[in-house]
Amino acid sequence: MEHLNLQGNLRKRILGLHYKANSGHIGCSLSCIDIMISILKYKDADDSFILSKGHASTALYTILNEIGEIPDEALDSFYKDGTTLPAHPAPLKYKAIPFATGSLGHGLPLATGIAKAKKLKSAAGTSYVLMSDGETNEGTTWEACHFAVANKLDNLIVFVDKNGLQGFGNTADILGDTAAGKVWNAIGFDCVEVDGHSISALLGAKEQMKALKNGRPKLIIANTVKGKGIPYMESKMEWHYLPMNEAQYQEALKKIKNDYNC
Amino acid sequence: MRKHFSAYLEKIADRDDFVFMTGDLGYNALENVGHKMGERFINAGVAEQNMIGVAAGMASQGLQVICYSIAPFVVYRCLEQVRNDVCFHNMPVYVVGNGGGYGYGIMGSSHHAIEDIAVLSGLQYMQCYVPAFIEDMNTCLDEMFARRAPSYFRLGLGKNMPPYLSIKNYGAATAGNDKAALTIISQGPVTNNLVAALSGHSKMENIDVFVLNKMPIITLPQDVKDSIARTGNVLTIEEHISIGGLGSAVSVLINELSLPLNKFVSLHAEGYPGGLYGSQGYHQQLSGLDEGNILQIINSYF
Repeated sequence: MEHLNLQGNLRKRILGLHYKANSGHIGCSLSCIDIMISILKYKDADDSFILSKGHASTALYTILNEIGEIPDEALDSFYKDGTTLPAHPAPLKYKAIPFATGSLGHGLPLATGIAKAKKLKSAAGTSYVLMSDGETNEGTTWEACHFAVANKLDNLIVFVDKNGLQGFGNTADILGDTAAGKVWNAIGFDCVEVDGHSISALLGAKEQMKALKNGRPKLIIANTVKGKGIPYMESKMEWHYLPMNEAQYQEALKKIKNDYNC
Repeated sequence: MRKHFSAYLEKIADRDDFVFMTGDLGYNALENVGHKMGERFINAGVAEQNMIGVAAGMASQGLQVICYSIAPFVVYRCLEQVRNDVCFHNMPVYVVGNGGGYGYGIMGSSHHAIEDIAVLSGLQYMQCYVPAFIEDMNTCLDEMFARRAPSYFRLGLGKNMPPYLSIKNYGAATAGNDKAALTIISQGPVTNNLVAALSGHSKMENIDVFVLNKMPIITLPQDVKDSIARTGNVLTIEEHISIGGLGSAVSVLINELSLPLNKFVSLHAEGYPGGLYGSQGYHQQLSGLDEGNILQIINSYF
């Protein structure tokens, strides 16, 4: 419960950004903001983080603003002409955004490379990456998984935002569950599954995985709800794409204020 | 050229900031590099997209990463990784493709790279190196590693540079002379066919030869401009398709400079006319890149 206020406030900021910009990808950000709080709010200086599902940029931008990595003026310019914060993260703008993403399937190889470099240099820190469950359809997922296992990258922790929805349907109906823990486990990952909206559960899983220095890369499957916190958005594919009108925005704000005590 | 490339790498193999990745290729050429580099020599398996992504991730941690494979495999399959992960972020990742052009001959079109420069040279921060000889390969490697930025290095069949050429910062060239009536601009190991055609040629003192080994060409080197201004006759030679290649780039630059031109011929890869396959020499011949046709074209200027 100690994080409830932050979870609510960041949701309000995400909604505000999307409302002002009249933009979509709201459900995607509400799905993974709690995961990002658990990673970025408690990040060590040697850790790195890549948001591979770049379409959840407003979740990334708001938490980075919260921890002082993105200034308020920049956040206010989201989606506008001349911004450094477009709908998908841009390259070479912020230290806390080491790689531009937006095309799916890039973050895991990049994070794997960071983890490998840390091993080669005997450097401390964990390489974190956040993927969507639909994103694990990409073939690079499996190339990188095998590479990470073969290279014994136990300093790599992969979070999967598993909300069961992807671009044009349910993951179960498209390619099946490509983010299934048993698949990753069979390749050689240590896997754990948690409630992706419970900060304490996410932090617990993260610490548990970090402590396992056994030569195996890690997967934390975070079970989530797309659009979490706004009933009319929850588990609805269309909220991958839709912007809110005034009434919907006010209704969403009211709900967050009430449920998250903020 | 691959053996000389390997020998060059041996010299820098003890540097801690260098990593060599291969897409499961390099038999009978890279064993020495692997032995010297130890854990910094990584076989990434048959997984080129991941290799480039991992390389970009490593480069973000202060390492310089060479990614090696047969040219088409490390260019086309992983183009988005090269563009987004490497080039967007200006990372020191060096993509090295062996057997550019028709280099793999009878292995067939899957193993050829005749559009690689067109595909890569327009990417942000990217510099493509297409050396023609062992000598300019070494200067290209020196420059590439000093530049510490996204690069593509096209390896081919390398021979030694003929004595009438001197190394220049843009490649190599003959000493310009006032009697020149033809400017030849060539790129890559196909230049060896030009060298053969020029061997003992009676008009040698009337020909300026330039080897341009970097793409894209943003401006024409001053020596080349001066030569074209004198001769008004240009022949370009490349083992690459016309679109996005040397000849196209040179013709645009000539026009932008309003240099008067009598005759311009571009010899380039023609793809697969007739849908037939053979050795590198066979494909060069079908494209008019063989010694005999080059000689005939040169003679047509006199």
